[in-house]
Amino acid sequence: MVKTKRPKIEFLSPELVERIVDEGYALLERQGVFVENEEAMGLLKAAGARADESALRVRVDRRLVGECLTTTPPSVTMFDRSGEKSYIVGGDEIHFNPGSAAVSLLDHRTQKERKARTRDLVDFCRLVETLEHIHFQSTGLISADVPPAVSDCYRLYLGLLLSTKPVVTGTFRVEGFEPMKDLLAAVRGGEEELAAKPLAIFDACPSPPLKWSNLTAQSLIDSARAGIPSETISMGMTGATSLATIAGTLVQHVAESLSGLVICQLARRGAPVIFGGSPSSFDMRKGTTPMGAIETMMIDSAYAQIGKHLKLPTHAYMALSDSKVNDAQSGIETALGAALAALAGVNVISGPGMLNFESCMSLEKLAIDNEICGMAYRLVEGIAQREDPIALDKFEGYKPGATFLTHPHTRLWYRKEHTLAKLMDRDPYEAWVMAGRTTTLDKAHKDVQERLGKYSLPPLPDSLRKELRKIMTRYARPSGLARLPRTGL
Amino acid sequence: MIKETLYADMQKAIVDGDGAAAGRLAAEAAKSGLDLLEVIEKGYVPGLAKVGELWEQGEYFLPELISSAEAMKAAMAVLEPELRSARLKARTAGKAVIGTVEGDIHDIGKNLVASMLQAGGFEVFDLGADVKLEKFIEQAEAVGADFICLSALLTTTMANQRRLIELLKQKDLRAKYRVLVGGAPASQKWAEEIGADGYAENAVAAVKLAKSLNPVRS
Repeated sequence: MVKTKRPKIEFLSPELVERIVDEGYALLERQGVFVENEEAMGLLKAAGARADESALRVRVDRRLVGECLTTTPPSVTMFDRSGEKSYIVGGDEIHFNPGSAAVSLLDHRTQKERKARTRDLVDFCRLVETLEHIHFQSTGLISADVPPAVSDCYRLYLGLLLSTKPVVTGTFRVEGFEPMKDLLAAVRGGEEELAAKPLAIFDACPSPPLKWSNLTAQSLIDSARAGIPSETISMGMTGATSLATIAGTLVQHVAESLSGLVICQLARRGAPVIFGGSPSSFDMRKGTTPMGAIETMMIDSAYAQIGKHLKLPTHAYMALSDSKVNDAQSGIETALGAALAALAGVNVISGPGMLNFESCMSLEKLAIDNEICGMAYRLVEGIAQREDPIALDKFEGYKPGATFLTHPHTRLWYRKEHTLAKLMDRDPYEAWVMAGRTTTLDKAHKDVQERLGKYSLPPLPDSLRKELRKIMTRYARPSGLARLPRTGL
Repeated sequence: MIKETLYADMQKAIVDGDGAAAGRLAAEAAKSGLDLLEVIEKGYVPGLAKVGELWEQGEYFLPELISSAEAMKAAMAVLEPELRSARLKARTAGKAVIGTVEGDIHDIGKNLVASMLQAGGFEVFDLGADVKLEKFIEQAEAVGADFICLSALLTTTMANQRRLIELLKQKDLRAKYRVLVGGAPASQKWAEEIGADGYAENAVAAVKLAKSLNPVRS
């Protein structure tokens, strides 16, 4: 049997990868990076980096970066809430998760954006739990009915209550880390247990060009020490906060990501780090950051290739759209991004459900995107030689006009080789008319309602539920939130 | 050099976004003892007007727009000291205090607006990003500003635009300033809702808006 080829795309020649990485190292050596966090600065200086404290600037030589790369694990294994189901983040494995931290929700009834409240987050988490092609959950919505100061932790709290899937999340302020870690550790039954079986990935975004803020550097350090995987989210905007050329933006991406990786490794050798990002092509007319631009997807796919070259797990914000509603644009941009991300072998793909430059979540879009993600997983399974001979023996006794519908080969393979559409329309025209001329959005809304109806709360021991609530309440109280909003559970 | 040729070159320097040329031509004008107020009005300002037209026609994009604004600043950096020593003052379109509100570190949009306002003849006091609300008011009071321009990119920090207006009211200073708001989540509706004096969706529109609102005390 011939080994199945994993379909793959690479945008960069090996020579160009080398050049980009080399310039990334040189950029860290010559220009350095700004670090607005004392502890990170201390760690870097102790490791021999040349610091210019007045300017909070530090130059890191390639020897130190190289050393830190050797101690960073090439893959991370994430575990679900039960600790039983595992997901490898590395190699060419791909896992979709909803885009993160939307500030608004597209209300299906009004087709307008509005602030999300606790009950919206509850619906979001429930829906994610039911979506078979969304492997990880994300803290994808910000709730407006809790104070902004505790909204980072609150998203995670609800996510852990309502869904068993591993979480992609992050802090909004330095103080957010401790209670978020406590929630995760409580689920696992201890901090060591959490480090042994990671349940969440923490995103940390450098500020382009070449800066780690106090918050993000602290998140890297705290996560590294707790054994929580960090995802570095470098996000240059071409021609604005990074160079206009794609290759130039990639050089900066390498420098920013690797400086973050160094901070993680100095905080704790062996800390898991994912080479991620959310760069974008910058729209020179509108001053916006289109995530659906083809150039954005090219940058993403290319840095994922570089991440693989550096033997790191990878992440990207792909499979999302800048459209404001579920329309042709949202489908085009999401599907194109999902296919490219899958073909590029991006390990963690954040984006589904997201509209309007990573700012608005749509439950209907999430349902549609779930189907797109299913196509992407199928796409990269590739085309296998299932039998030997492939076909010849199946034609034995062939008579003109015969079909294969009743052939055992068909029954054996059609389910494995082909996926059935749920939301994509494959009706004959008359059937479509008879069924009420429904659109994808109509079907998606119905699908969301059905899934929410079928959802059942994954069981959690009462003691743990109380413990999580205690951690959340303790964190919320100083912000003036004496009682948590009702979840209706 | 014939004055008209000089003016044409100045206009071209602005349209091309050529800061070096804009500065050199300003120095030439000063050396030849020309009326510098006329130089600004007839040499440089028509260049800016042309840039605005090119933007609106979709010929120019942000890099050209900002380069032209920078060229204008380069010319003014040469002309202003000359004007001061002659005890003259360039006609100002008004004084504007601008910044990104506290809790928000996004400043690209704000920088674009600040640059365009300055190029458009406003005296701009840029406070940067993550600016405490009190700081806006202190600065506005200190310089006798006409406009307070507030940027916010996040819906979570946008509320600070409303808070600034409330703070002005508390201090009984609301009538003294025109408050303009901008940033991705802001809108005309939002401006009306919080009682701001105006909203602009981009830097060119912001200059138009500011010019259309007479400074409170002109």
